[in-house]
Amino acid sequence: MSEPLRGVVVSHAGLASALVEAVERISGRTDGLVAVSNEGCSRELLEARVAEAVGDSPAVVFVDLPSGSCLQASAHYFRSHENVAVVAGVSLAMLVDFLYHRDLPPGDAADRAVQTGTRALRVLTR
Amino acid sequence: MSLLVRVDDRLVHGQVVIGWGRTLKLRRIVLVDDVVRANTWEQDLYRMGVPGSMEIEFVSVAEAGEAFPRWEKDAGHTLVLVGNIETLAQLAQVAPVARVNLGGIHQGPGRHECLRYLFLTEEEVAQLRGLAERGVAVTAQDVPTAAPVPLREVLR
Repeated sequence: MSEPLRGVVVSHAGLASALVEAVERISGRTDGLVAVSNEGCSRELLEARVAEAVGDSPAVVFVDLPSGSCLQASAHYFRSHENVAVVAGVSLAMLVDFLYHRDLPPGDAADRAVQTGTRALRVLTR
Repeated sequence: MSLLVRVDDRLVHGQVVIGWGRTLKLRRIVLVDDVVRANTWEQDLYRMGVPGSMEIEFVSVAEAGEAFPRWEKDAGHTLVLVGNIETLAQLAQVAPVARVNLGGIHQGPGRHECLRYLFLTEEEVAQLRGLAERGVAVTAQDVPTAAPVPLREVLR
């Protein structure tokens, strides 16, 4: 079996840490997810933080917004690393699901995360 | 105010598009960067962050010098973005830059903290002083809701 995927959550301010903490509260697991904040970072420094968080593992990088510094830094890193996929629009639902599907290839795990996150969006009506 | 020059090493990001974009009702963002000008992949990446109601142009420093008068006369607000003080200094040599907003230069080797979001090298300090001596109004302000900080206070 290949190495399990690492999930790297990249966000503005403390959102990534809060999401990872919430996943831990729900699942009781702390493995597989790493939080990265863009606080105080230029794009180059943030890209270095993403690289450090990914390490040598195959990974999916989850970004908060589909634009901006977090996506730009992650996209730059992704462009030069084959074993990494990037998903924008991270949510708690997709992170919890990801934790139990870390055996997928990065691209498949990213597609699954988008499907999970999309399915989790609901409008409640009376 | 129809044209603002901003220095921000994150270039096109949330503070620019949402914070300044909505406050100024920006019509156009111009990214002045010779590297991005030559790289369509980079341009597509930055274009993703701009709403459909806003234009974005990617120009070299030389092209910015030629287009600057057009942007100044334009009825809509234009934000001219550069990623560092060196590019700002180059732009000021080819265009009549009157006002500069220091929006964000983050920590790195040789930089010291002037403000929470502004870390400058000694060379950059000298370049900014030079611009101010030529009459360019330089203030630091990361988001529109913050108070602008005059350069003399930034460098105090």
